[in-house]
Amino acid sequence: MNKNNGNSKNPLHGLWALTNRDLKKWYKNPVILMLGIIQPIIWMSLLGKAMNLGGIFTSFTPTFPPSFPPQLQQQILQEMSDFSKQAMTQIFGTADYFSYMAVGMMSFVVMFTAMFSGMSMVFDRRLGFLNKVLSTPVARGSILMAKILSAVIRALVQATIVLGIAYIIGPLSVSSSFSVPYLLGVYAALFLISMGLSSIFILIAIRSTRQETQMAVVNLLNLPLMFASNAMFPASLMPEWLQTITKVNPISYATDATRQLILYTPNMNQLAIDFLFLGAFAVIFSTIGIVLSWRYLSK
Amino acid sequence: MTDDAVVVEGLTKVFNKHLVAVDHINFTVKGGEIFGFLGPNGAGKTTTINMLITVLRPTEGKAVVCNHDITKDANGVRDCIGVVPQEYTADEDLTGIENVLLCADLYGVPRDESKKRADELLQLVELTKFKDKQVATYSGGMRRRLELACGLINRPHVFFLDEPTLGLDVQTRAATWNYIKLLKKEFGMTIFMTTHYLEEADVLCDRVAIIDHGKIIVTGAPNDLKESLGGDIMTLSIQDGEEDVSEIIKKVPNVKEVKKQDSTYRIKVVDGEETAPTIIDAVRAQGHKVTRLSLTKPTLDEVYLEYTGRSIRDEEESKEGFAAQRMAMRKARGGRAMGGHP
Repeated sequence: MNKNNGNSKNPLHGLWALTNRDLKKWYKNPVILMLGIIQPIIWMSLLGKAMNLGGIFTSFTPTFPPSFPPQLQQQILQEMSDFSKQAMTQIFGTADYFSYMAVGMMSFVVMFTAMFSGMSMVFDRRLGFLNKVLSTPVARGSILMAKILSAVIRALVQATIVLGIAYIIGPLSVSSSFSVPYLLGVYAALFLISMGLSSIFILIAIRSTRQETQMAVVNLLNLPLMFASNAMFPASLMPEWLQTITKVNPISYATDATRQLILYTPNMNQLAIDFLFLGAFAVIFSTIGIVLSWRYLSK
Repeated sequence: MTDDAVVVEGLTKVFNKHLVAVDHINFTVKGGEIFGFLGPNGAGKTTTINMLITVLRPTEGKAVVCNHDITKDANGVRDCIGVVPQEYTADEDLTGIENVLLCADLYGVPRDESKKRADELLQLVELTKFKDKQVATYSGGMRRRLELACGLINRPHVFFLDEPTLGLDVQTRAATWNYIKLLKKEFGMTIFMTTHYLEEADVLCDRVAIIDHGKIIVTGAPNDLKESLGGDIMTLSIQDGEEDVSEIIKKVPNVKEVKKQDSTYRIKVVDGEETAPTIIDAVRAQGHKVTRLSLTKPTLDEVYLEYTGRSIRDEEESKEGFAAQRMAMRKARGGRAMGGHP
């Protein structure tokens, strides 16, 4: 009776099978993929293009007093155009808002994917699939890790598509220092942020059987997480209290890291801080997730 | 080391500190037998099975499944069991074969081995033709069979089936019984199943335990339980049955027990065929007319009624009433399945 079935005792067995299941469900259903991509496109083309912040100074015609020398008028208009470029570069780090926002959209799509990753946990519990998995010798941590991993992979694929589309809609003012190692850095930052965020949202779902609760949490958190960060607008222009929030909001760090790498000439100190924060965020929450899954996956 | 596949001692589950779902139950499942857990909806069948398959932690008590303690050595248990849950858990977006291989990976069956086993099992449950079709296109019966194949992929020593024919039509149910018998013959494993279909337990199980309100009321082989009732059941109706003829019937030899219900008598009797004429004569001799008589060999239904203490009236409820009750039960079960445990 006590025979071993000859099955492998690799502690990570089943991890990839479960991850792959979630991924298959995703790419076999192109509608979901499409919708996930369309949303950032809408944001990019509407907000990114509509909010032509750089044009505020250049595209209006000031009314000068009649006594004003025409020569001077011309010069002032010229200066204003330069000022606006300077202002954009100083505040946004790049001369056009679209590029600034498009890179922010990568964090946005990563955040959304992570937020909905908890939902599949809820469905697995409701449909009895989770119970079946719990009755197999798969490590409890692997069950959770598979959810996180599949969310991370989906997030990275979607972020890549967003970057590609931003490039096509363009123009994306990519910095001259941008190179393959920097691109890998971008993925590293997005990997860490999506790992941390999906850990949080899967943890929220770990014992839940109601997708309504999940929806409510997602609805409650998505706008604050998005706007209380530098994803859409520089935190430096925000009031003090809001800046405090952006400083603990991991989205800010992911967005800053990706912007530094893609659009700016990176400030290595700032980049190190970004990665340190993101690394700690990812490690802490995925560890909490795995530890709690031992205790709380079963009732 | 024993040959007993499952040994349960004082197993108890209390939900939310006051809802006692399973109340100090004891039973033993012998190696190689089909053991049926029989009881109405909400009796604690699924809770028990969930504890045995290590999905639910017991509040109290002990259980050993193939010589592994369910709390101390949960992984040991998981390695040697197969599970077919009450719900359809196969992934609709994946194909049949993908689902079986997913289960194989969950058990850590090596890939080359799992492909071979998956093909074998799908052949056994006659799904080979549909193995590359999405499960969303499967019928209820096909899904059940797929669940059976998934549950067997790790060659379990003990196979747990939770309501294996719930929601299937009569024909598919009978077919599923055949598959279960076939699988048992093929793999010679121990099967632990829950059901609330009495004929299912009668047809399939070597031994059954009847559970109600979280307590096991009786355990035994279906035939022994039927015999324990002490004979056949005769139902007798008398015209103008105002007067109680119970005493007259009781005097007839071989009659064990008489219960009166309006003008109908439910009589427990040994050797029903031979005793029936004697009873009719005795009643006639007192000037009463017998309008109706039926004789049934005891079925598990009778056993069930006897032990769960439901009245005869319940049994003789109209067909519609029974159908309505079953609908309600199914709804409640569906609700529970969707909502998880309280």
